[in-house]
Amino acid sequence: MRIPESTGSYARDNYLSQGRPGLRGWLLTHDHKRVAILYALAITGFFALGAVAAALVRLTLVQPDSQWISPETYDKSFTFHGIVMVWFFLIPSIPNTLGNFLLPLMIGARDVAFPRLNLFSWYLFMLGGLFTIATLLLGGVDTGWTFYTPFSTMFSNTHVIMAAAGVFVSGFASIVSGMNFIVTVHTMRAPGMRWFRLPLFVWAIYATSVVMMLATPVLAMTLLLIALERLAGVGIFDPALGGDPVLFQHFFWFYSHPAVYIMVLPAMGVTSELICCGVRRRVFGYRFMAWSMLGIAFIGFLVWGHHMFVAGQSMYASIAFSLLSFAVAVPSAIKVFNWLATMYKGVIDFHAPMLYALGFVGLFTLGGLTGLFLAAVALDVSLTDTYFVVAHFHYIMVGGAVMAYLGGIHFWWPKITGRLYSEPLARFAAILMFVGFNVTFFPQYVLGYLGMPRRYHDYPPPFQALNVVSSAGAAILAVAYLLPLWYLGRSLWRGASAGPNPWHATGLEWTTPSPPPHDNFPEPPVVERGPYDYRDP
Amino acid sequence: MSTPQPLAHAPQFDDPTQQRTAAVLGMWAFLVTEVLFFGVLFAGYAVCRWRFPDAFAAGSRHTDLPMGAIETGVLLASSCAAALALRDVQLGGRRAATRLLVLTAALGATFLVMHGFEYTDEYREGLVPGLRYTQDGPLAGKMEFFFYLYFAITGLHSVHVLVGVVLMLVMALRNARGRFRATYFTPVELAALYWHLVDIVWIFVFPLVYLVGRAG
Ligand SMILES: [Cu+2]
Repeated sequence: MRIPESTGSYARDNYLSQGRPGLRGWLLTHDHKRVAILYALAITGFFALGAVAAALVRLTLVQPDSQWISPETYDKSFTFHGIVMVWFFLIPSIPNTLGNFLLPLMIGARDVAFPRLNLFSWYLFMLGGLFTIATLLLGGVDTGWTFYTPFSTMFSNTHVIMAAAGVFVSGFASIVSGMNFIVTVHTMRAPGMRWFRLPLFVWAIYATSVVMMLATPVLAMTLLLIALERLAGVGIFDPALGGDPVLFQHFFWFYSHPAVYIMVLPAMGVTSELICCGVRRRVFGYRFMAWSMLGIAFIGFLVWGHHMFVAGQSMYASIAFSLLSFAVAVPSAIKVFNWLATMYKGVIDFHAPMLYALGFVGLFTLGGLTGLFLAAVALDVSLTDTYFVVAHFHYIMVGGAVMAYLGGIHFWWPKITGRLYSEPLARFAAILMFVGFNVTFFPQYVLGYLGMPRRYHDYPPPFQALNVVSSAGAAILAVAYLLPLWYLGRSLWRGASAGPNPWHATGLEWTTPSPPPHDNFPEPPVVERGPYDYRDP
Repeated sequence: MSTPQPLAHAPQFDDPTQQRTAAVLGMWAFLVTEVLFFGVLFAGYAVCRWRFPDAFAAGSRHTDLPMGAIETGVLLASSCAAALALRDVQLGGRRAATRLLVLTAALGATFLVMHGFEYTDEYREGLVPGLRYTQDGPLAGKMEFFFYLYFAITGLHSVHVLVGVVLMLVMALRNARGRFRATYFTPVELAALYWHLVDIVWIFVFPLVYLVGRAG
């Protein structure tokens, strides 16, 4: 059996052709599949903007004392890169595109529970994006994506309130989507779709939604307090009056550490689906996989203090947060070992989505293990605020989350568009991405270990060689990101028809035509078995 | 007035029961996010009060206790009215329900007006950080934190009351037009849930702002 293969003709009556035609049909749609596409287009645009900012940073760092852009512009570049990539790409990436498209299909529903709210979420997201772009046009913001006080409240002369407003508004998009997905999973499952028959991707989106719902309000309120403090000239974060700037860090990381799991849990869900299909086996330890995702979501709320080991937090708090951070590695390791056990002695098909999934497992493991270095208080004291930290979270977020996002896009592309893309090109892009990523970010581990601090415009000349390697890697990465735009775009016109199930995968979404009809299923589905009904060959 | 139609439900649902379950669960989820939203301010209050107990006690003594107590009573009464309104809708008592919904909104508006008077007094006394803060004395600096949090918490709460008042008036209007009946009352139920949350938040605000430090 060769996969992917065409398994039928292009379904003429689908969500793209049905419903109201034209731009109004898209901008006023209540169809979760169309909202998913609106989100996908928007985040692709934001990814490009964030990538340009990253390119500015990497170009500056080619020379130890580059005069190419001023230090102020450099600060604004990495801030813009961080804000856009975190809140306008990574947070919505998998949940709001693949999650939106697939969640109702995977549980056998006609739509999400609140379709209007779903569209509203997209408009909130776009409004937040508008504020962020306005910030850029007005001259940018230089606080870093973390908005640390008292710099953000007392000293920065840039557009902090505007930038915070952008994140604030897009935060509500996140909250609304999270609530919608939770209610959808609870109330919209098809007959026979019991909780432990849910695909792991659904479990992942569910766990993510819980985090979105419980963490994001804290961020919203904290950003409101930043704005209030700037406007009023006083506030509880103001050290001049005896206020506590570290309190801001507590609030901020109470959201922003769990936010890492908003980015990586959906990636784990995608990877689980991709690996099961790539090796054509049931997942090893299904219940452990489901529970470990909820475990990560839960413990993830208890570790935020590991961002404040050197911020004046009490030693005992640091020890507790350190131990809890180690604890989060347990459910994460369960997942990695179960993926390996799923593939153990299996016949692996190295198609493009599988390559992305394998890339995810490798890079996530490296990012996760270096996270343990940073969770150890004694090591963190010397590694904090160095490029080691930068490399660590890029391994999780870019190596992990972005690889999985693209893997998922490739895997479900035939379902979403009804077309097959060029497999050889896709495999080439996946491998190029893996290589480019490691060339970019592995040197940063070394740089950080050698002591190069993050967020500086200049650095001592001995660090130049590794920085040049890193920037060269970024160029390779850029090519690898552009390639899918081309061959996926081309497949829309030239691609062979996919038919309902080009991967011969299991799961309800593959039982309906590609692209799916407006109501998702020609017949309301009834579920009789678990999610990974692959027969060993 | 129209004749009762068979119960409709949105196309994504199989039946009205599923729709109702989803709506109520969604409302509870929303209320959880509200708790976390206010939770940040209460956490900020806890930290600052723990660090500056004397200043917070002094700040508390500047607040208007009788006014706060009456406001508490008004909000509790309004919550009672909201609960009774829902009960009447469920029992089919449309006119009584409309009256109770209007009463809920009126009590909410009363609360807002009373709080407006308090804010005016505090402005005159120079207790508003950022706008007019004219206190002096050894505790004045730290007391500013108290009033900063006081305005942040009660301000945000008042915005929620305002939203609730509008919501209750809309519900009253729709009820008067015969949109709800004994078998369909979900929107009223959701509005009442929201109203109770706003009430409960105040139940925490009242002792923290008005009562703390008065005994000592
Ligand atoms: Cu963290």
